[in-house]
Amino acid sequence: MLREAISGSNSPFVLAYPADRRVVEALRAGDEEAFTSLVTELYSPLLRVAMIYVGNRAVAEEVVQETWVGVLRGLDRFEGRSSLKTWIFRILTNTAKTRAEREGRTVPFSALAGETEEGEAAVDPERFLGADHAAWPGHWATYPASWAEIPEQRLLSSEVRAVIEEAVEALPASQRTVIRLRDIEGFNSEEVCGILDLSEGNQRVLLHRARSKVRRALEAYLAVEEEA
Amino acid sequence: MNATDDITCRELVELVTDYLEGALPPAERARFEEHLVHCAGCLDYLEQMRTTIALVGRITERDLPPEAERAFLDAFRRWKAG
Repeated sequence: MLREAISGSNSPFVLAYPADRRVVEALRAGDEEAFTSLVTELYSPLLRVAMIYVGNRAVAEEVVQETWVGVLRGLDRFEGRSSLKTWIFRILTNTAKTRAEREGRTVPFSALAGETEEGEAAVDPERFLGADHAAWPGHWATYPASWAEIPEQRLLSSEVRAVIEEAVEALPASQRTVIRLRDIEGFNSEEVCGILDLSEGNQRVLLHRARSKVRRALEAYLAVEEEA
Repeated sequence: MNATDDITCRELVELVTDYLEGALPPAERARFEEHLVHCAGCLDYLEQMRTTIALVGRITERDLPPEAERAFLDAFRRWKAG
């Protein structure tokens, strides 16, 4: 039935992201509410990614504006082979790159991948026994605490949320962008690689650094709270 | 089991993302899971990472400055008017 509905439409839609279909058709029909809701949802993440390329907020805002103009212009050609969000982000990165070049700024995202900080450990090495330990080399010196007993209500508190937001904000730009796109915006790794021109491996390293640091911040906060 | 084949806890924490992403080669994945069977510390660590990811996922930003919203809507109306 879905297939029938799709073949009955004039738009050359593929089945990959059926949920996007309604949104795209609403936009094509000029539905302002659908447009505003999409723009609101994507404003901050688009702005953040634009900032990486152009480095200043005012220019990034213009890039986001230009992106939406590009989206609307391209809407009739959108075929749904990628998700709508991925397609919009690709328009953004292309717009941002063009703009950055025009302003004499070239910051390919892959160069930012150098921010992976060689040798940066996920966990403080002091937490482990030395490699020369007779029985347990490289084993935990003291185990990480189990969070299983922490009431969900506490984990979902605004204090914990603030700790996480602060930890995410403190990350280098490339790590921050990857963790935001992956874990907050819900893009998969393939989409993030496409949006940011990253290899799968680089994307994973950035995600690993980012998640590890947020976990550390959370661990530190929850440990202090326990003592209190 | 040969001790030199085992991954240490210190190594395991660096493999957690590859593990969760399904990016570990089968042999390494097996060693990772074998380690978890014997190591409560690493099991808790993995759970901490899963919790962290879930909690990060709860952050949403939905702030659109009114002047930006107006500008976007203007662009939309111009586009509609063709």
